[in-house]
Amino acid sequence: MSTLISLVYTLAAVLFIWGLRLLGSPATARKGNMVSGIGMLLAIVVTLLSEQIVTFPVIFAGLVVGSALGYWMAAAVQMTSMPQMVALLNGCGGAASLLVGSAEFLRAYQLGDAQSVPAGLATQLSIIIGAVTVTGSLIAFAKLQEWMTGRPITFAGQKVVNGLFALAIVVFAIWQIVVPSPLIGPFWIVVVAALLIGIGLVLPIGGADMPVVISLLNSYSGIAAAMTGFVIQSPILIVAGALVGSSGIILSQIMCRAMNRSLSNVLFGAFGSVSTASGRSAEGLTVKSVSAEDAAMQLAYAQLVIVVPGYGLAVAQAQHQVRELAELIEKRGGEVRYAIHPVAGRMPGHMNVLLAEANIAYDKLYEMEQINDEFARADVALVIGANDVVNPAARTDTASPIYGMPILNADQAKSCIVMKRGMSAGFAGIENDLFYKERTAMLFGDAKGSLSKLIAEVKSL
Amino acid sequence: MTDPYLTGLTLFVLATFLGVVLIGRVPPTLHTPLMSGANAVSGIAVAGAILVGGLDDRLAQILGFLAIVFAMINVVGGYAVTNRMLQMFRKDETPKV
Repeated sequence: MSTLISLVYTLAAVLFIWGLRLLGSPATARKGNMVSGIGMLLAIVVTLLSEQIVTFPVIFAGLVVGSALGYWMAAAVQMTSMPQMVALLNGCGGAASLLVGSAEFLRAYQLGDAQSVPAGLATQLSIIIGAVTVTGSLIAFAKLQEWMTGRPITFAGQKVVNGLFALAIVVFAIWQIVVPSPLIGPFWIVVVAALLIGIGLVLPIGGADMPVVISLLNSYSGIAAAMTGFVIQSPILIVAGALVGSSGIILSQIMCRAMNRSLSNVLFGAFGSVSTASGRSAEGLTVKSVSAEDAAMQLAYAQLVIVVPGYGLAVAQAQHQVRELAELIEKRGGEVRYAIHPVAGRMPGHMNVLLAEANIAYDKLYEMEQINDEFARADVALVIGANDVVNPAARTDTASPIYGMPILNADQAKSCIVMKRGMSAGFAGIENDLFYKERTAMLFGDAKGSLSKLIAEVKSL
Repeated sequence: MTDPYLTGLTLFVLATFLGVVLIGRVPPTLHTPLMSGANAVSGIAVAGAILVGGLDDRLAQILGFLAIVFAMINVVGGYAVTNRMLQMFRKDETPKV
């Protein structure tokens, strides 16, 4: 039986790998998800055949309850809430690893058996990484759900506090590993300190950096599962966990590169606190506002309109209005393209998902490198709820906290219409020179309301 | 190589490397589905949770039950959400004017 189990696990691992590979291309992505899901189903079914299982009611109850909850959550969630949903699912994965690691430790504790050094190390790591994933994901969820402020939360001595937690974790985990019989005190200290450091690590990270954090937490949940695999000697957990762990890190890296920042800068830089020190104020400059009527006129007669969507679009849930306006422009003979900044929104690929929900074809969405040269040719750049990703200060102002981040060249379009609720600064808390440019006009108001007005105006032309 | 932990480490390193190679160049359009698809795979912790939940020990059963519930939320929610997102992606079928 154990031979069969091993063989099926190997097959499941192959299906995970193949599935991830297929997920990498738009045409095959759905199939990839299916393939990976079949791998998971096989792995679960074959695990039930293990000889060490003596009782099934608990297992089946857990499978039913968990599946029902998971299915319900996935069906109920709104597309605009996808970032927090992914954060929450991550937290669940971390919690599972934390619980399995803890159960293995507590069994050893009850029996008074010392774990071998590798087993002890793996147990401690699955507990620590699992716990960090749980609370880190919950804080990310709370920030994205706006249960707490999305701005970085910092206080004096924060790094010292986090450092002390980290020190406690290292000291007590090592102590646990080297002592001849397991100790319950250090176990609880490690669990609590790891839960607290998960909170401490995500609190100082601002909303704009959430894509990196979400994908990093995803990576952690994978690594935690891999460590659990070492604990219970399960190769499938090690392989699948390592795959998730490394893909999450790579995705985080891709996004950091897009912002021209290092991972450690994102994690420990506390973006917001830096920006208060620098960033030129814009006193004495005036912005030009435009009426919906005039803006509609420009859009209606444009040859090429490039839409720059940002997080504000997701907040206003105005994606369907964007498509409606784009269809009107296209009907009049204009072309509409979408310029997607790699870190627009709150999770990797956030804008793509948002616009896809409104039935906007993905081949109209362009990456930054593909479209940046097209702006000069565009009659109108329509910036909807985006700010930092079009701030020219990133090119020129060395004092600006976003200096060096590649941006979309919205300022090079023949004219630029910025839709914004008010003159508040972006997430980075910095003034945006684009708003004060000669060719820029501001259309103030909620994105949904403004777009509806534009649609009505274009229709009446 | 008979030490199971050493074998496990070999697997871990190779799978990590494979993940790096697989994800290296994926279009940003798919970053979200890829992330949530990978996220669902991390629910593989359910295999460990099942083994713990099936032990003849009250505490292990309680922790195992909770672990199975969490892991299955991760698995089912992860795959379902990924599928929902991928369903929305479509190519432009209307002919260009």
